[in-house]
Amino acid sequence: MKKTGKMIFIGLVLAFLYLPILVLAVYSFTKSTNIGAIRGFSMHNYVTLFSTPELVNMITGTIALALGASALATILGTVGAIGSFYSKKRTATMLNTLNQIPVVNADVVTGFSICILLVVVLGISKDTFIPLVAGHVTLCAPFVFLSVIPKLKQMDSSIYEAALDLGATPFTALTRVVIPQIMPGIVSGFALSVTLSLDDYFVATYTKPATFDTISTYVVNATKGAQTNIKTALWALSTVIFVCVVLLVLIMNIRSHRAERRGS
Amino acid sequence: MENTKNIIELKHITKTYEDGFTAVSDFNLEVKQGEFITFLGPSGCGKTTTLRMIAGFDIPSGGEILLNGKSITELPPNKRPINTVFQRYALFPHMNIFDNIAFGLKQKNTPKSKIVKKVKKALELVDLEGFENRSVSTLSGGQQQRVAIARAVVNEPQILLLDEPLGALDLKMRKEMQLELKAMHRELGITFIYVTHDQEEALTMSDKIVVMSEGKMQQIGTPEDIYNEPINAFVADFIGESNIFNGIVTGKLKARFCGGEFVCVDDMKEGTHITAVVRPEDVQIVAPENGTIRGTVTSVIFKGMHYEITIESGKNEIVAQSVNVAKVGQRVGITVEPDNIHLMITEDHTNFFKVEINKNKELEYNDNVLDVSLTDIIKGSYFDEDGDLVDSNGIEIDTRKIRVTAAIQPRDIRMTDEQEEGLVQGYISNLIYEGDHYSYVIHTDLEHDFVVDDEYLWNMDDQVGLIMPVDKMKFTVKR
Amino acid sequence: MHRRTFSRKTLGIPYAIFLLLFVAMPLLVLVYYAFTNGQGEFTVMNLVGFFTNPNTLGTLFYSFGVAIVTTVVCLLLAYPTAYILAISKWKSKTVILLLFVMPMWINFSLRITALKEILTFIEGNLAYHPFLNTVIGMTYDFLPFMILPIYTTISRLDGSLLEAARDLGAGEMQAFLRVTLPLSVPGIISGVSMVFLPAMTNYVVLDMLYNSTYIMGSLIGSYFSAYNWHGGSMIALVLLAIICLFTLLGGGQEDENARGGSLL
Repeated sequence: MKKTGKMIFIGLVLAFLYLPILVLAVYSFTKSTNIGAIRGFSMHNYVTLFSTPELVNMITGTIALALGASALATILGTVGAIGSFYSKKRTATMLNTLNQIPVVNADVVTGFSICILLVVVLGISKDTFIPLVAGHVTLCAPFVFLSVIPKLKQMDSSIYEAALDLGATPFTALTRVVIPQIMPGIVSGFALSVTLSLDDYFVATYTKPATFDTISTYVVNATKGAQTNIKTALWALSTVIFVCVVLLVLIMNIRSHRAERRGS
Repeated sequence: MENTKNIIELKHITKTYEDGFTAVSDFNLEVKQGEFITFLGPSGCGKTTTLRMIAGFDIPSGGEILLNGKSITELPPNKRPINTVFQRYALFPHMNIFDNIAFGLKQKNTPKSKIVKKVKKALELVDLEGFENRSVSTLSGGQQQRVAIARAVVNEPQILLLDEPLGALDLKMRKEMQLELKAMHRELGITFIYVTHDQEEALTMSDKIVVMSEGKMQQIGTPEDIYNEPINAFVADFIGESNIFNGIVTGKLKARFCGGEFVCVDDMKEGTHITAVVRPEDVQIVAPENGTIRGTVTSVIFKGMHYEITIESGKNEIVAQSVNVAKVGQRVGITVEPDNIHLMITEDHTNFFKVEINKNKELEYNDNVLDVSLTDIIKGSYFDEDGDLVDSNGIEIDTRKIRVTAAIQPRDIRMTDEQEEGLVQGYISNLIYEGDHYSYVIHTDLEHDFVVDDEYLWNMDDQVGLIMPVDKMKFTVKR
Repeated sequence: MHRRTFSRKTLGIPYAIFLLLFVAMPLLVLVYYAFTNGQGEFTVMNLVGFFTNPNTLGTLFYSFGVAIVTTVVCLLLAYPTAYILAISKWKSKTVILLLFVMPMWINFSLRITALKEILTFIEGNLAYHPFLNTVIGMTYDFLPFMILPIYTTISRLDGSLLEAARDLGAGEMQAFLRVTLPLSVPGIISGVSMVFLPAMTNYVVLDMLYNSTYIMGSLIGSYFSAYNWHGGSMIALVLLAIICLFTLLGGGQEDENARGGSLL
């Protein structure tokens, strides 16, 4: 009896989170332009989504930006974390504090301040993509830093010295011994960067070229416009992304289950 | 096979960290080709730091390290023909056993076929044939240890450094590995420098032992030398069980300590302050009337081969080993054969005395409460809300299980005629003029001798009180 | 003689430069712009303007209102959810938890679009209930960020503490109120800090739900659209001050859940 009560509560919260997405997914396969009466099955939203150059460019642009910025952020954040970890305490504290600023700061402030510095003060044109990429790297790198540091702390500190002792140069010791040890942290830092970049609206909106759109900036603008075919095509996009996320979670789960079984 | 060539020399090596802490000071050492040398000392004595400087992980702040006569003081570790077996093995977890052992050879661009052969031979040496493809996590502690040794020796280093390599193993495994390492040393002919805090391990394995304390070398010698002729109280206390007493030479081949006058073999000038060391196995328990001193048995513990018997005589505690059992509470006499008493001249006359902890967790001496809190002498400790003493990790300290020793310099003690003002009372049993002051020995009512410096002349056998300011005392805690 | 071509410490340098350039510098420029006018002269007019303009002050209070209500609603939904999940012994616990995390990986603008369609269907015209819709929208967006830290904190509680409380005669309710609740405060604090600040600044949610009122973030947006860098900088600076205040109040605790938690 009590358990059912708990399950109903959990179910309701989940319904609140998922109902809109699921309802939209259903309607994305219809000719309807509003939620209400369903008017006939159709794939036209998906056709529009993948055949309108504007939409395709926006999607590929967002993905390219996310991967590129995340790659840069991962390199910077990882190198920074290693540097900070082996630095003297004062340097490390300074790096950690600075690193914490974008993490706690509101994205609006981060985006706006980078825009002021790069675009207004230094006069770098937004069309060069430099402000946008710099903004996204600034958004993501601190999180890479934060996911690598714990791995460095967990690592047996003497394995680096062991490598040197066996004749490896400091650089070889780093690439052959330290980096493989902290790989899980680097990978999760990269994954986190990708999701942050994909989900970002504020940094992009203050730093992007006028002709370029990420999914977020595009969707926000589209909801203000009245183009119904674009609007319903975005329903299809939401469904596609939802399915991708579900698939990704499934794959990850299966893999970790296998790893567990192999471990035991 | 006598080889007199020095493979490595440490000259006036000093290591001071940025925070001002000096880990090693003016350390000098010569190691001969093929020797098995052990750095022995308690944690924090500088032995690991010295090893790290030889390996190249730390750069000395002063002094020079010579390898085969050439300075390697600032040479990075990867350029030194020296390899290390680390305390927790430091195997690379992402590589299999073969890749771990081959790592050093690959850095030297050794041809693949040669690597395979050498790795195989190294695995044979440590009795792990066929382990090439196993992963590190599937090995037991002992096996990982062997891989760590194989990984180091496969490079044929001129010196093998071993940093407490057996510390993480259980007792039985440790004993086994000690013998194997010794055999390996003979087989390989490489110079071994071994670091440990385990005196038994050091005595079993080494050709030579370097005893270290507080960053300084205390004594260097063969295990026999170190055990039989400890140079000072620290070495005597650290190597094996010892009874250590402060005393004074009272005549030809006679010394007074532990409340009795003993015949000994060291000829020293009368009045010399000495430290006497008596090994427990040399303490003889006899009938009370036949003993040089008398006491009461306070504890008897069966140790397998013998009984460990603790006897209280006055305020002194004597530990004896005997094959005969004794009864707690029994009155006994104690004698020691003259050549089993090791006398050392005490250059510093620091007075050491045992301090009690009373019910209120205050420090007490001679029934006087000392004005110092336990929290001041145990770093990081504090009293929790229940009044229990807890250490910096929040773990309760059982005050019944700790022993506090106070140390005070002779010049910090003042004698007074108002006996009750003193922390303890006694009579002057000896005095010598030392040029600008007199050095007195006060034999207290607690049967303990204190050395006191005073510029004025007092008379022999005067009854005095000893005023000892608490802020001049240094406390050490043993658990 | 002491010459090493490569040192681990030097790895910190590129990241330090990056942080100084893209984190510290933008904030300094922000301060400079906030206290100068268009002619580059020092002025406190922007600051005075902020506190004398009834519009900005009204926005500040409205933002606090939105943020407080959103945080409370999120907490009321998230705490029971996290608590039920954390103490339950359901087999599917990890899957359910994953369901609460997954929305974070779907682009927020698409999820808000979905919510908007549902709300439009229910309410007809979204403009009738601007405040209610804003709170619903933000709760929908931020709820996972509140659930996760609370769940982590409760599930890490030592189970024997509860047993000890019961053993000492506490009822189930008593044990909860006097043991679980106080010990889950760190999770609540980190959850609140991850909801409250975004709720003050994430004005896109309002925009997308046709709410014509302003919150703090919107002010930056409108100054940005009007190219008024000085006014915008002052708003950003005020926001930054509020964020600093909150971070300090939160005890500066290691916030391992901060967004990073979204990957589990």
